[in-house]
Amino acid sequence: MRIGVVVFPGSNCDHDACYAVSHNLGHQAEYIWHDSTSLGNVDAVILPGGFSYGDYLRCGAIAKFSPVMGAVRKFAQDGGLVLGICNGFQVLVECGLLPGALLRNRDLKFVCRTVTLRVETTNTPFTSGAQRGQLLRIPVAHGEGCYYADDRTLAELKAEDRVVLRYVDNPNGSLDDIAGICSAGRNVMGLMPHPERAADPLMGSTDGRVILESMLTSLATHTFSPPQALIA
Amino acid sequence: MSLTPSELDKVRSILGREPNQTETGIFTVMWSEHCSYKSSRLHLKKLPTKGDRVLVGPGENAGIIDIGASESGERYAVAFKIESHNHPSFIEPFQGAATGVGGILRDIFTMGARPIAVMDAIRFGPLDDPECGDRNRRILEGVVSGIAHYGNCFGVPTVGGETVFEACYNGNPLVNVFALGVFRVDDIFFGRASGIGNPVIYVGAKTGRDGIHGASMASAEFTEESKQKRPNVQVGDPFMEKLLLEACLEAMRTGAIVGIQDMGAAGLTCSTCEMGSRAGTGVEIDLALVPQRETGMSPYDIMLSESQERMLLVADKGREGEVFAVFRKWGLDAVTIGAVTGDGKLRVKDHGRVVAEIPNRELADEAPLYDRPHNVAPYRPAPMAAPEFASHNLEADLLALVGSGDLCSKRWIWQQYDYMVRTNTIAGPGGDAAIVRIKETGQSIAMSLDGNARYCALSPREGARLMVAECCRNLATVGATPVAATNNLNFGNPERPEIMAQLVDAIEGMSEACRHFETPITGGNVSLYNETLGEAIWPTPVMGIVGLMKTAPPVTIPFKAEGRTVLLLGGLGAADLTRFGGTQYAKVVLKKMWGLPPALDLDYEKRVQSAIRQVVNEGFAESAHDLSDGGLAVALAECTVNGIGAAIEISADLRPELALFHEGPSRILVSTADPQAVEQIARIHGVDAVRLGVTMKERLRIDLRSVTLVDCPVGRLREVWANALESQLALQHV
Repeated sequence: MRIGVVVFPGSNCDHDACYAVSHNLGHQAEYIWHDSTSLGNVDAVILPGGFSYGDYLRCGAIAKFSPVMGAVRKFAQDGGLVLGICNGFQVLVECGLLPGALLRNRDLKFVCRTVTLRVETTNTPFTSGAQRGQLLRIPVAHGEGCYYADDRTLAELKAEDRVVLRYVDNPNGSLDDIAGICSAGRNVMGLMPHPERAADPLMGSTDGRVILESMLTSLATHTFSPPQALIA
Repeated sequence: MSLTPSELDKVRSILGREPNQTETGIFTVMWSEHCSYKSSRLHLKKLPTKGDRVLVGPGENAGIIDIGASESGERYAVAFKIESHNHPSFIEPFQGAATGVGGILRDIFTMGARPIAVMDAIRFGPLDDPECGDRNRRILEGVVSGIAHYGNCFGVPTVGGETVFEACYNGNPLVNVFALGVFRVDDIFFGRASGIGNPVIYVGAKTGRDGIHGASMASAEFTEESKQKRPNVQVGDPFMEKLLLEACLEAMRTGAIVGIQDMGAAGLTCSTCEMGSRAGTGVEIDLALVPQRETGMSPYDIMLSESQERMLLVADKGREGEVFAVFRKWGLDAVTIGAVTGDGKLRVKDHGRVVAEIPNRELADEAPLYDRPHNVAPYRPAPMAAPEFASHNLEADLLALVGSGDLCSKRWIWQQYDYMVRTNTIAGPGGDAAIVRIKETGQSIAMSLDGNARYCALSPREGARLMVAECCRNLATVGATPVAATNNLNFGNPERPEIMAQLVDAIEGMSEACRHFETPITGGNVSLYNETLGEAIWPTPVMGIVGLMKTAPPVTIPFKAEGRTVLLLGGLGAADLTRFGGTQYAKVVLKKMWGLPPALDLDYEKRVQSAIRQVVNEGFAESAHDLSDGGLAVALAECTVNGIGAAIEISADLRPELALFHEGPSRILVSTADPQAVEQIARIHGVDAVRLGVTMKERLRIDLRSVTLVDCPVGRLREVWANALESQLALQHV
């Protein structure tokens, strides 16, 4: 599979996502520069962590207007798999591809540590290889990771089984312990934790692999195919 | 801030005339203590700087060592250095610390290396100081969030460091930042303005009035007026620095760059004259071409500005376009502001009119050199004789120690740093040494920062030797071989002989130990005039040592399983009352300081380090932890934080306080399933290995000659250790 990793000015986990996909999982990964209006010939897209455009104004707020996000939006609307990690989650929320908002952490401080997550649904292409209720040890590293949504949105997320991951030990005050959600079409997922940091035994945990591997397997088994119209 | 009369005479003789105001400003910053090392240079020459692996030693932006080849045969290197940002961090903690990180990162990537690790040695006044506690807490919180802000956004992991509290830092906190980067040996760049006629190009952020005379400020004592120096502190933008990093590395790959240097202390002045001096050329620039973010800036302002995130580079004439294209891609300013000339002079013009003309070499390399008087005993803030003391409850003493500022968990601090970005961190903060893997070569770099001002206050020479030994011991304990070092010398006013004597003794002690451990010093930083209202900090040299090791799962501090043998490699050590006065026990429990630091036998220390390295690398250590501050009992407590305790029996013929808490060096705690193997290795290296006891569930019990001194649930130790810093910080909310 070919996974495109978007590089915004200020992205800093782009390298890590590429390394996990290529070295740890043995697939192809390529960078997509932010001013590109096409995603090229990729099977899925990762929006990596970092501080896109310096996180000026609000995390992800400027990335929303970058040329590449037009292509990502189209790719997602046509059913392509898009995984937003950390800052990538913030960008997806700003773009309206996922609902809600990510606020300053409860204690107003950046937090970097390994947390325990619970898989709440396996009915997504990003968790299809996991078990419901499975606990994953994956690092977080963010200052604005406190998930928030209004009552109606939260009810909708729950009713539609779109809360994908919850914190067992909530590090940031997220509403209802939400760590990751997916879109109504289930092909777009955003999460604050970093699965790419838990893909190599030397990093202390390989629990993040199930998310990346589920995505790759979903592509291979055509459960979720890249939108044909976009393939060059 | 100004030149002394004799320095001004020297300027007159170099120029053959009176300097104008801009030239005086240029000489003042370049000949400041911070930029010229005029008080320390004479003694820094005593440090060992050469070694098989040293590719670049002192004098460049960072030292560089060879770390070996990748599988495909390409040779790789790491660039590393430590630098202080003490004065700015006192005036404006957040920005002072943030720009400290920014400055050292530029020193690394200006040489072509990609930064992959940062560590910080930070020192403050006590958080519960009755008079300064509020301010100390505010400075600590500001410094930590400044480091986090810059490093996290830039995308470099902050993998370790140390945090120390002493009253001598009440008016003068220390912020020393270490950074390390990796690259291919073939990709090293230097700050040289070579090739007459080549364009001189300014890249990065626009120049403003911030930070003017920052370097000179850092070369003076603090007075009441210092609080008004906030305009001298620079403001950092880590996003801009991240762009600058990517753009510079990409521009270097075009092959069109001849030389490059960051604009740090003394900004445009320092980068132009140093690049010219190193290449033996002249540099001519026109300030009207410099991108500016304010109007009405004078030549003096522009030359002395320390605005952040700027670089100066020299490109091959005719290939500027390739360089400009890269910087345009990253949305950064890149402007030709002048050219390399053959006359050896820094010629500064403003709209074509010459406003300064100074020979580069004399400006950059012929700063005054002072042999400051130091033929007195170093100033000692403590008596030699030990006071009377007797503990009533050693378990309570142990709890007080693990909950004290220096020894408690620093998780509250390092959890604010992204210590994992770039997925190389094999061992992050909280261990004896940090370990970062090098993906390209398949091996890892271990690194440790250490200082002990308490020891150095009692004896700068012995304290400096102990510091080097401890730093190397930290590396050995994780299985690494120390190979090179960088140092940060934080001292008071060198014009006072008793302070200058501290500096000279510390350098000589450090020099002796670095030779012994074969860790040449490849660069560093000297920060003098760390005084406020006439009160100097204790002599505080800080050492950063880098070691090499194979990439493997790390051996860490906590005990891993019950029923394992606990050994003290190196033996129980020697102690006496005089050499107990610099310990954490004396500080925390007795609230006193006296005597001398612990005795160190360099030969024995080196053998212990070789032994632990072999024990770890051959897989016999399930856990390993070197003894340092707090001695044996504190080290044992630190080994129990994951919930496994131990039953320990000490046979030493020492009084209980000394047996538990003396800080004799050359000792490492190991837990192992194969004690014979560890003892065998110890014999081979000619060092002691004492069986202390066995790991067990839930309790730490320590007996001395069959008398139980400590018997404590490990959960209780952990609770005190883990929560101490946060509860001290929370004092302000009471």
